[in-house]
Amino acid sequence: MSTTITIKHLSKHFGTVVALDDVSLVIEPETFVTLLGPSGCGKTTLLRCVAGLEDPDGGEIYVGNKLVFSHPQGISLPPGQRELGLVFQNYALWPHMKVDKNITFALEIQKMPKVEMQKRVKESLQEVQMEGYEDRYPREMSGGQQQRIALARMLAYRPKVFLMDEPLSNLDARLRMDMRVELKRLHHISGATTIYVTHDQVEALTMSTTIAVMKEGRLQQFDTPDKIYHFPSNLFVADFIGNPKVNLLDGVVSGKNSVDLGKFKIPINTSYATGKVVVGIRPEDITIFERPEPGAVEFSAYSVLPAGADSTIIARLGEMELTIRVMGISKIRMDEKIWLKFDPQTLNLYDKESGLLIAS
Amino acid sequence: MAVPAIAAQTSSQRLLASTRRFSRWLTSTRVVLSLAMLAVMFVMVVIPLYKLVEITVTWQAHDLTRVPTAVEGEFTTFHWVRMLTGIIGKIYTYTPLQHSMTIAVGSTLLALVIGGSLAWLVVRTDMPGRKLVNQLAVLPYIMPSWTLAQAWLVFFKNRTTGGTPGVFEFLVGQAPPSWLSYGPVPIIICSALHYYTFFFLFVSAALISIDSNLEEAGDLMGASRWRILRKITMPLVLPAILSGVIMTFSKVMGTFGGPNILGLPIRYYTLATMIRGSLAAGEGGDAFVLAIVLILLAITTIYINQRLVGTRRSYETIGGRGFVAQASKLGKYKRAFQIAVIIFQILVIAVPIGLLLWNTLMLIDGNYSLSNFTLQHWIGAANTHYNSGEPGVLLNPKIWQTAWNSIKLSLFTAFFTALLGIILGYAIVKGRGTRLSKLVEQLAYIPYVIPGIAFGAVYIAMFARKLGPIPPLYGTFALLVIVSVSKHLPYSSRSGVSAMMQVGHELEEAGMVAGANVWQRFSRIIFPLTKSGFMSGFLMTFITTMRELSLIILLVTPATQLLASQTMFYTENGDAQMANVVILILIAIVVAGNFIIGRFSRGGSLRKGLGM
Repeated sequence: MSTTITIKHLSKHFGTVVALDDVSLVIEPETFVTLLGPSGCGKTTLLRCVAGLEDPDGGEIYVGNKLVFSHPQGISLPPGQRELGLVFQNYALWPHMKVDKNITFALEIQKMPKVEMQKRVKESLQEVQMEGYEDRYPREMSGGQQQRIALARMLAYRPKVFLMDEPLSNLDARLRMDMRVELKRLHHISGATTIYVTHDQVEALTMSTTIAVMKEGRLQQFDTPDKIYHFPSNLFVADFIGNPKVNLLDGVVSGKNSVDLGKFKIPINTSYATGKVVVGIRPEDITIFERPEPGAVEFSAYSVLPAGADSTIIARLGEMELTIRVMGISKIRMDEKIWLKFDPQTLNLYDKESGLLIAS
Repeated sequence: MAVPAIAAQTSSQRLLASTRRFSRWLTSTRVVLSLAMLAVMFVMVVIPLYKLVEITVTWQAHDLTRVPTAVEGEFTTFHWVRMLTGIIGKIYTYTPLQHSMTIAVGSTLLALVIGGSLAWLVVRTDMPGRKLVNQLAVLPYIMPSWTLAQAWLVFFKNRTTGGTPGVFEFLVGQAPPSWLSYGPVPIIICSALHYYTFFFLFVSAALISIDSNLEEAGDLMGASRWRILRKITMPLVLPAILSGVIMTFSKVMGTFGGPNILGLPIRYYTLATMIRGSLAAGEGGDAFVLAIVLILLAITTIYINQRLVGTRRSYETIGGRGFVAQASKLGKYKRAFQIAVIIFQILVIAVPIGLLLWNTLMLIDGNYSLSNFTLQHWIGAANTHYNSGEPGVLLNPKIWQTAWNSIKLSLFTAFFTALLGIILGYAIVKGRGTRLSKLVEQLAYIPYVIPGIAFGAVYIAMFARKLGPIPPLYGTFALLVIVSVSKHLPYSSRSGVSAMMQVGHELEEAGMVAGANVWQRFSRIIFPLTKSGFMSGFLMTFITTMRELSLIILLVTPATQLLASQTMFYTENGDAQMANVVILILIAIVVAGNFIIGRFSRGGSLRKGLGM
């Protein structure tokens, strides 16, 4: 079970809307890749193109060594021949079939012997911890249970690649957390190359080996969660990833190793940036002092929002507003003076014009 | 993470690639089905329409006797000029047109008042017995449209046309005035009492779907009752009313039965009856001019309606989510309303059937003495004194044959309508948003704008002669099936689309990913999930075909006689009692059919099945 998926220069239009714009990706074997982006970014279209449910207008797709789609060669294998499994957002369990029939449907088409099929049903139900549900109709189960059955249905015919289209978006927060755990385990055990579509950054960050961030049909960054979070390659990714949001401050490189933010300057770790820039600072990378400290800038605490494990503090200096995240319940009171210190190691510098990362 | 570029191609490779892409598109299920449907509809709808127009602008063999210089098949404006100008234009076109309009407008208004009020009483008031009223309200529509006309004749006929006295004269001792016996007044009343069902169903669906919160919100803000009705309720019900208007108007314009029974005795012709008259006289070109006028009128009505309401909403019932609407308190008038409604329903359901039954038990029509009582028309042996020597209906092999024809036709039509529904539904829904899908959907809609009698005329125009590989079909049973299936195309497509829409596309996609081929996906996923819809569609088509008259009246021949047309021939032949026996049998069949539908799909099916 080690299948690479290679996507070359894929494009897809719906009328005048560009859903995919020259997307290229190599998905390494046994990785868990998340397609992440706001709605309408093309992530689901990309998944459906890989599955064969949608024909792109240009480009090529390989599953393993098999060319499953090629616009230049006019090839497009039907979904059933691509050896992949798909879990739909709304489960798509066939409502007129009981759980066991749902699971054996694909196996019957492969003309698998009865005994073997029964074994597969048992195994796959075990894998999703739904033993004993063979005789239920989909409508007789909760959303979470239906989702598990949808997974079992995919697992039963052992596809080389798992495709999942926002499989957890219809579940409540609690169930979603449980299912994340299960899905990550499942991937860990099976080792099947997985493409997972979501708009939920937490889901992407927690589950993926690699994240592909998309916007308006274009691939923005394809990297590990660590890189995506700490070194977003452009302002869109920086802004999209992270909760609370990253602080993005306009500034001008005022000399070697220093950016002028207007009210004050902060040190940076680069020597080659010039002109107008945007500084990206994660809320947790700012240190708060309750009394003056050398190198710290005085702000006032505009709002303090404790949330148990951590607290969010909104600090203001004139027009400038910063979000800071500290561990635990903060003791700072609203409108108190605070002093903030920035770590040059954690800052990211973006070109104001292009929005691209220049230095970090 | 370097992705190798796609190699440059030679032109022959590019050609190969686009050939592959094209053939994949061409062989995809929805495209194959769409193209097949286009071909079928082209033969069944487009060519006949073209033929119809063609015949009106070319010399026909029949014209040669009248205009010596005519060359058969050459272009001419003769028919159009003749039918649209001068005294002939007045007699054959404008007067019937005026009559058709009078009847259509009158019936529509009356039907609106009746249907709208009933809907309001049933949905929005605390009138007792609303459930029963609701069920009975659709019965007049299920019965053949000319039942009431026939019953009217039994009751109100007078002797101006040299017939026997009606029940009215027997009871009152004086013949009713002619305006009450024949012509526009009775035709309007009878049509309205049949077609009010459209308004009843549309408006009650709309009223049910109006969340009474909307009205309550108005109430809380201190708006007056009248203001709420005007500002909130009316705008929401208006599309339903307009849909009812267009349905009723175009149906009445093309209706044949009522005007034929109640209009002909005093030579009150409508376009529909005039078309048949002209055809019977061999004036094909003239008849088809009238058919085109009728079609244009129907199109205009629909166009105006769509401009007013918007394309989609105009014929879609508003989804029937059951809000608990606040009932208007009728207070002390509760009983009065209930009694009025009961009387109304007795008058339009029980009384007509009773009159027809009574009439069939009279040996000689118009003789109301007890000694005249007989079962001759039902089970009498052949007797040259009565009914042109035909035996009673139940012993009459001709009628059994006719009944069998009707049942056969209805079964075939229902089957093919359901089949086309599946295909059309799949082709249209799977191709949503493509031009091909739109084209299929629009073509399937065309028969909707062609009034029944004109549609029949179109088919005579097309199939009276050999056409390419198609032999002349006039006079065959197959032609009746084809015309009935064609007329049901809009219904096929709509019911097919709505059934397919209920099956989420990802249910089929899940099957594709699992490796199922088209047939496996259809037989194991799509069909099981849509079959109940198709089943009630099947039964509904059975009923509507059973009692369809306008569509087939021009196409039946003695060999392919149907129950519906048989009643008309008996009436025209002066064998009123025989006609009425046949109508009663017809009513029995359709009511039984409707009962079966109700069993199958717990109500609501007629609403779905009306081709709304």
